[in-house]
Amino acid sequence: MDPTPGQPWRAGPPGPGFEGTATYIATPDLIVAVNAAVALGRPLLVKGEPGTGKTVLAREVAAALGRPLIEWHVKSTTKAQHGLYEYDAVARLRDSQLGSERVHDIRNYIVRGKVWEAFEAPAGAVLLIDEVDKADLEFPNDLLQELDRMEFYVHETRETVRARHRPVVLITSNDEKELPDAFLRRCFFHYLRFPDPETMARIVRAHHPDLGRDLLAAALDAFYGLREVPGLKKRPSTSELLDWIHLLLAEGVAPGAVRAARGGRSLPPLAGALLKHEHDLGAAGGAPVAGRVG
Amino acid sequence: MFERLVHALRRAGVPVSLGEHLALLGALRAGVVPPGTQGFYHLARTALVKDERHFDRFDRAFAEALGGRPADAPIEIPEAWLRWEAARRFTPEERAAIDVRGGVDALTEALRQRLAGQDGRHEGGSHWVGTRGTSPLGAAGYAPAGIRLGRGPGRAGRALKVWERREYRNLDDRVGLGTRAFQVALRRLRRWAREGAAEDLDLAETLRATARNGGWLDLRMARRRRNATRVLLLLDAGGSMDAHVRRVERLFSAARSEFERLESYYFHNCLYERVWRDNRRRHVETLPTVQLLKAHDARWRVVFVGDAQMHPIEVTHAGGSVEHDNAEPGAEWLRRAVARWPHLVWLNPVPEAAWPSTASTGLIRALLRGRMYPLTPAGLREAVARL
Ligand SMILES: Nc1ncnc2c1ncn2[C@@H]1O[C@H](COP(=O)(O)OP(=O)(O)OP(=O)(O)O)[C@@H](O)[C@H]1O
Ligand SMILES: [Mg+2]
Repeated sequence: MDPTPGQPWRAGPPGPGFEGTATYIATPDLIVAVNAAVALGRPLLVKGEPGTGKTVLAREVAAALGRPLIEWHVKSTTKAQHGLYEYDAVARLRDSQLGSERVHDIRNYIVRGKVWEAFEAPAGAVLLIDEVDKADLEFPNDLLQELDRMEFYVHETRETVRARHRPVVLITSNDEKELPDAFLRRCFFHYLRFPDPETMARIVRAHHPDLGRDLLAAALDAFYGLREVPGLKKRPSTSELLDWIHLLLAEGVAPGAVRAARGGRSLPPLAGALLKHEHDLGAAGGAPVAGRVG
Repeated sequence: MFERLVHALRRAGVPVSLGEHLALLGALRAGVVPPGTQGFYHLARTALVKDERHFDRFDRAFAEALGGRPADAPIEIPEAWLRWEAARRFTPEERAAIDVRGGVDALTEALRQRLAGQDGRHEGGSHWVGTRGTSPLGAAGYAPAGIRLGRGPGRAGRALKVWERREYRNLDDRVGLGTRAFQVALRRLRRWAREGAAEDLDLAETLRATARNGGWLDLRMARRRRNATRVLLLLDAGGSMDAHVRRVERLFSAARSEFERLESYYFHNCLYERVWRDNRRRHVETLPTVQLLKAHDARWRVVFVGDAQMHPIEVTHAGGSVEHDNAEPGAEWLRRAVARWPHLVWLNPVPEAAWPSTASTGLIRALLRGRMYPLTPAGLREAVARL
């Protein structure tokens, strides 16, 4: 037992737990969610505004747990089957024409997907299923069995593939589509709330350790101010803030210049890194938006 | 505590199944619970709630389960947790001594003292006070004893607990249409067609051709299957409709991948001679309805969204519009739309029962030959079937 104050739940699950890393700031609720999902072998579904660290989380969890990371990036055309395996019938047909010996073993034409890879990983992988909501509505349902039982059947070879070690499954969603209840019931759920200024300061520090206190304060002030501007198409998030601060540093912008803009209700320097829509730049700069809402 | 929490959640309309309840118990058993009520709060939330829109209800249910007086209310926790907590905080020798002295009560008391001594270092110094009743965990294999955890009396000036801060309150107002049910309905709109260059391997045809070819490969290609559904949304931009309109737009744009094309335009109350694309720029940029009719042929699926509530003359009379002097009555424009677009429906967010009491609703329904549907999953299903 490890009675270290502050991280006592490490006494529970075997092996090292997740508690954030030097480059990733995790809030207590996120730490609980990750460790619970790891301990119980349930998938963890992570939602949150774009750019709040959903995808990076999987990388950090894998690093913290010392496990390999397998990333499955879902697109609108992705099918559940792609994650398991695909049978390359065309290659086999071609080989048969060429008289290749390979053709007699159908296993040569079974192409493994990411889920299969994760099942085979020697140490129990972290499997990231990124942006699950991009796929077809039925996609999550089609993966239920596999994620539940951690096995699937390969019809072509009449084999059952079983996970050697239960992978840690992290699933992200941008809320484009709602996910089916049966799928949700099997997951733990975490909503990455937009970081408060203190947490954000720690995040920025993690990326820019030698950022001056003054510039950080001025940048955060301007950033949270911009997020409050009504009617933005895309509110800037963590990733935009980090990019922007990177630029401020590269250009050597003084804290005063950042602060001055805020007072004068004009845009801070290099605001294009924060606001990507032309419309948003107009809205935030105080320029009148043509027309009135009727 | 658990059962009270689960009941309170169900009462608040948060779906919690047995599986989730068991997952929470499993997590407790696995020892992933950080000590203190806040840790339990986080764990319970991650296990029981699957939608951030329900977080605020969870916070309220949590406070309620704590006994309705969130400020000082003690909470019941399972004995297993107590033992786990004790295992962390006492050496085996100490534990043996406590066990000899007498069971759960002694353990509680010893923990209370130990934690009191550590005040300030953990969770703002929770106290353990007394034991209580049976634990809901009996069935899951725990000893039938629960412990109450609470703050000691006479403590003033405490910080708000997380669940009392109601930080997720503003997420709850997004509730409304259960969008998944709608999307499942919308996907029925998909119509597949093969168009364009032949770029997909046609496996069945290739096999047939190869067999015919005496076993020599004869590749056959097919044109790619494309979703050929085109949807035209016509949205009432009238003030009372704003919330509905935004939801419907979100709904359709979320299902965008199901359509080949999706376009939306606005009108106000009734269709007249002009529509516009951007509601903020409606006075600057408009499109003549004649052009809209011309540019969208009979293949388009046309969906009107509006409450159809207005003064009847806004439908029936030239100059009847509340906003401008319309040369032709709205009815005329609706008639043209119906004639042009055979696949046309009107979705009405007003509950169906209220339709008969509004004359304009009846007028518009008649003009559309009855193709008005309530904006509910069932209504949308019917509408889509009609499209
Ligand atoms: N808590 C955090 N600690 C450290 N860095 C963070 C944190 N949250 C976000 N970031 C940084 O913000 C950037 C965006 O993160 P990421 O790409 O994971 O976001 P996302 O939520 O997956 O976004 P999207 O929804 O657009 O895919 C990354 O550079 C990441 O390092
Ligand atoms: Mg991402």
